[in-house]
Amino acid sequence: MKIVVCIKQVPDTATQMKVAAGGKAIETAGITWIVSPYDEYAVEEALRIKEKRGQGEVVAVSLGPARVKEALRSCLAMGCDRAIHLNDPAWAEVDTLTTARALAAVIKQEGAQLVLAGRQAIDDDMGAVAAQLAEVLGWPCLSWIMQEVVDADGKTVRAGRQVEGGLELFDLPLPAVLSAQKGMNEPRYPTLKGIMGAKKKEIRDVKASDLGLGADQVQLTLVGLEALPPRPPGRVIQGDVPTAVKELVRALREDAKAI
Amino acid sequence: MAGAFWCIVEDDRKGSPKKVMAEVIGEATRLGGTAEAVWLTDKATDEGLAQLGAWGATRVLLLENAAFAPYQSDVWVSAAADLAAKESPKAILAPVTSRQREFVARLAARLGVGLAADSVGLAMDGDRLVATRPVYAGKLLSRVTWAKGPWVATLRPNVFRPAESQPGKTATVDRPAVTAGSGAAKFVERREEASTGLPELTEAEIVISGGRGMKGPENYVILEEMGGVIGAAVGASRAAVDAGWRPHRFQIGQTGRTISPKLYLGFGVSGAIQHLAGMRTSKVIVAINKDPEAPIFKIADYGIVGDLFEVVPALTQEFKRLLEK
Repeated sequence: MKIVVCIKQVPDTATQMKVAAGGKAIETAGITWIVSPYDEYAVEEALRIKEKRGQGEVVAVSLGPARVKEALRSCLAMGCDRAIHLNDPAWAEVDTLTTARALAAVIKQEGAQLVLAGRQAIDDDMGAVAAQLAEVLGWPCLSWIMQEVVDADGKTVRAGRQVEGGLELFDLPLPAVLSAQKGMNEPRYPTLKGIMGAKKKEIRDVKASDLGLGADQVQLTLVGLEALPPRPPGRVIQGDVPTAVKELVRALREDAKAI
Repeated sequence: MAGAFWCIVEDDRKGSPKKVMAEVIGEATRLGGTAEAVWLTDKATDEGLAQLGAWGATRVLLLENAAFAPYQSDVWVSAAADLAAKESPKAILAPVTSRQREFVARLAARLGVGLAADSVGLAMDGDRLVATRPVYAGKLLSRVTWAKGPWVATLRPNVFRPAESQPGKTATVDRPAVTAGSGAAKFVERREEASTGLPELTEAEIVISGGRGMKGPENYVILEEMGGVIGAAVGASRAAVDAGWRPHRFQIGQTGRTISPKLYLGFGVSGAIQHLAGMRTSKVIVAINKDPEAPIFKIADYGIVGDLFEVVPALTQEFKRLLEK
């Protein structure tokens, strides 16, 4: 069974973010780049499926500039067999839909039976690509999944999605798209052997023209980026516990009208 | 009606729209649109339909069919896209819930239009709509607009001002004929979570959160007690979830739930960036922590530096006294 995992490279959460001059991009100097955490759950799950079945191939795919190779290399170090880098200036400006179309084209070319992705990337938090990818491919999808079991003959997957108040289980015919929620597994750390081996694994560059894609107009355009307005300074309430608690409740009731 | 602002209804699975719909309908009306509620369900009650009208929906497009429950993206998208082709709405708005996020993403792809997920602001700029949404763990705000309509967006709960319920207002109810095919997937079962008896995290007006300072899973009971008194949901920080003290569904933060309550009370929460990403749009933030240097005090409106095991019981008592008045 061939499994494609879609991943995105994002700034590390702890990185300070600044808006670049012009107000339409972030300042990239000094950013530590990582694989988006939800995507690591997807990689882990794909590897477990392959290991359980004792056969198959896991291909990591990502769209972005040259630096994305590092993120793909980390996936190879975790155990993915090879990687595809959608690397073309034509994709310098993308939205979720153009990204989904590019990914769909490469997934079709690969003939994957299962696609896994994180539930959302933690940079723009749009959380749309997996569902839109399924739509472009015309496949079923299930988002925010906490568990999955592919049946022995590789025809269906039983997956459970997290919803408010519970878990809903579905049988999806393959091929299908699943998006991973935190808690479905514990992603492995690459071993030293994995890291060394990753250097020899293939990362194939793919351009838009290789997929028969022309210029695709983005549907969502950026008007501007700005720093969050600072919150007004807060107040630390002094005094012993009984006094401070009384004053806090008074302030919440009378000043903030929050209770 | 052509040019209407669609409000996709999130319901309680028992035939009533959720309260968050007051916010979606209120915002659609405020943007100068004709708010029309589009409701895909297997069962709508008369009270539920009346409620949508009272909140200001002028019309309800009711798609009532057993095929619409439980929700499946392909079934809903085919029906909604079919209806959108006939109705030509100007905008399609939905509240952020796990299924709506997936549904509108897939619908936007079917319609070939842009999507602004988890918006915290919407405004007309001439004849275009501009959405404001937090990005990069809420450290920046991004303003986006659409190349063409319909404009598809999801709205973060508790951020937009809800419409007031006016019992005199009614909506016309139409039952348009649409495709209600069967989905590619087969529903197996739904497993209910053990109910805490407290509100759901993303919907609650007050949220209490316990961090590493709680010292262990057994101590959350004191927060639940307070939650019972003030009607609050009880969540946890990633540190507490990763330690195995609370299930992941209670996690607030970047890899958990995003909340925006009227009042957030953090106990023993340090305020790591990834936690702030999930709660910084809360209206009033209260922090209780032993460490005066804890980063959460930088964004808190009110803070007490002290031992939460002394503060929590005293605060619960004080809330009780206040609310019994």
